Amino acid sequence: MTDTTIHAGAAAAEGLDRDSRLALYRLVAEIRTFEKRAYDLFLQSLVKGTSHLSLGQEAIAAGVALAMRPDDYTFCTYRGHAHTLARGAPMAAVMAELLGREGGLLAGKGGSMHLTSVEHGVMGSYAIVGAHLPIAAGAAWSAQVRGTGQVAVCFFGDGTTNIGAFHEALNLAAVWKLPVVFVCENNLYMEYTPIGAVTAVPNPAADRASAYGLEPIVVDGNDPEAVWAVARAAIARAREGGGPSLIEAKTYRHGGHSRADPGKYRPDEEVREWMTRDPLTTYRARLAAEGVEESTLSGIDADALAKVDLATAQAKDSPPPPVALVERDVWSDGSATWRN
Amino acid sequence: MAQLSYREAVAAGIAQEMERDPTVYLIGEDVGAAGGVFKATVGLLERFGPDRVRDTPISEQAIIGAAMGAAMTGLRPIAEIMFSDFLATCWDLVANQVAKTRYMTGGQVSIPLVIRTANGGGVRFGAQHSQSLENWAMAVPGLKVVAPSTPADVVGLLAAAVRDPDPVVFYEHKSLYAAKEEVPDGEHVDALGTARVLRQGDDLTIAALAAMVPRALDAADRLAAHGVFAEVIDVRSLIPLDTRTILGSVRKTGRLFTVEENPRVLGWGAEVASLAAEECFDSLDGPIVRITTPHVPLPAADALEDAAVPSVERIVETVVAGMG
Repeated sequence: MTDTTIHAGAAAAEGLDRDSRLALYRLVAEIRTFEKRAYDLFLQSLVKGTSHLSLGQEAIAAGVALAMRPDDYTFCTYRGHAHTLARGAPMAAVMAELLGREGGLLAGKGGSMHLTSVEHGVMGSYAIVGAHLPIAAGAAWSAQVRGTGQVAVCFFGDGTTNIGAFHEALNLAAVWKLPVVFVCENNLYMEYTPIGAVTAVPNPAADRASAYGLEPIVVDGNDPEAVWAVARAAIARAREGGGPSLIEAKTYRHGGHSRADPGKYRPDEEVREWMTRDPLTTYRARLAAEGVEESTLSGIDADALAKVDLATAQAKDSPPPPVALVERDVWSDGSATWRN
Repeated sequence: MAQLSYREAVAAGIAQEMERDPTVYLIGEDVGAAGGVFKATVGLLERFGPDRVRDTPISEQAIIGAAMGAAMTGLRPIAEIMFSDFLATCWDLVANQVAKTRYMTGGQVSIPLVIRTANGGGVRFGAQHSQSLENWAMAVPGLKVVAPSTPADVVGLLAAAVRDPDPVVFYEHKSLYAAKEEVPDGEHVDALGTARVLRQGDDLTIAALAAMVPRALDAADRLAAHGVFAEVIDVRSLIPLDTRTILGSVRKTGRLFTVEENPRVLGWGAEVASLAAEECFDSLDGPIVRITTPHVPLPAADALEDAAVPSVERIVETVVAGMG
């Protein structure tokens, strides 16, 4: 950890006004409520296949999204519900996608792991670890040569720091000075294995930053304002031509890696300790302590629940996608034709 | 009409498209200052500058990923993978990301991207720099696959690939880089998904690809001397596959021979043979015969490599034996 810059705490969030703080809390609350609902729907077998929740990691998606311009690009992993919602993708369509319905964001073609909403800047959720880092670099390259001032933000987990594509993308982004911000959500477990047991350095992302000439940045990923502050600085640097950044946000997932994983490999004491740092409850308490009325906060909580209830009802009402979609949209002409 | 080599045709095709469309960019290892290890991109850096012709590190995942991200957001990149064998190092990007993202997102994105790569044997480079891997891409839904055999086709099909809204894997053949031909002056744009009948004949159809095309033509000359008249088809495009032309010829001649540089199992000719068996069964006068490299990695020594890859002699002998 030597030479690693730690950015944490409310002090880093100088300049965030009351409305922005409430918007941040609202995002965290909506994502939390959505993810809990998604989990309930798995238990009811309404969500098929696998899915990966951001319960406990909401502050990162929320804090970064608040720092982004509407035309910036987001690249997510298979754990991408939070980041997709945080950019403003319609919640009912996200939920319907999890349920495999026609009204889904991808009309049921992608599922939980591939959420995409180009009109909201969400350029895809990528389910092969590491693949999207070079793709995000490519979007940044495009923004750079088109001179649009757009920035690409790429979220990934701690396990990604040990795959080749991470290093190829970081190097290329640094050499080409690309406007891309890489955000490592270090939740301490690559899947079931502690990241520290399989990584040569204690901070899997930040300790690699110097290899690419980048500043090591570690942030408390459970503090939405701290995340917002480092993201704002990194995005501004990228937009001004200062090149890429690599942010390591320390966090913890409240559940297992995926739907199939109860997460029993984690020591009880560790889980208890991290639950005291729950981003939702700690941020709510801080806002209350700093003068936000309880009625305002409970109003946001109630709004989030109502929004998720409505999205759930709309998703359930959506029919299964028509089977004709199987052979649609392989090609840009809409077809799947491979011969004449 | 100018005489161009196959490698000069690559540069000419890229230049034609970069001149026409400012969103066309070229990236890859040694494509700029060095002009490409096969000298197929000579002069492009000088003409279009280092912004549009970019040397990359030896990072195939970064090359394809960067090209994909750029293609999703307004550019039309051409990415070079130096040897097709190296596609194995970035196959996740090619097969899982480039190929599938349009479908998975319900058509929200298009990926107008060309991946150029030097394919095939004949240069004694051994098993990791000589493979014919067009069937890898052919097997992945979402990729278009082209493999030209002549300089004119290089220009025309490269232009078509750049203008296509979908990802195209463009296999250039190493042993053809020195081949020369008259190439039409002015803008030249061909059509993907079109095979070409290069020689008419009534007795049998020979379908060949890339470096096997000139061998099939030589074989047809020799067969004619034996009184056997072969129709030779340059398949050119594997996806989309011009079955109308290929199967139309089979219906006329009643016999089909494929000449494939790829190792035997599941080479492109297997799909063509399967389609012919299913759709032209009543027209066939004898078995469909596939002439391929055996199912082995390609050896390095000239004597061994020449023995492995279908030769003019092997094509002639196989056809004569097969025609009884």
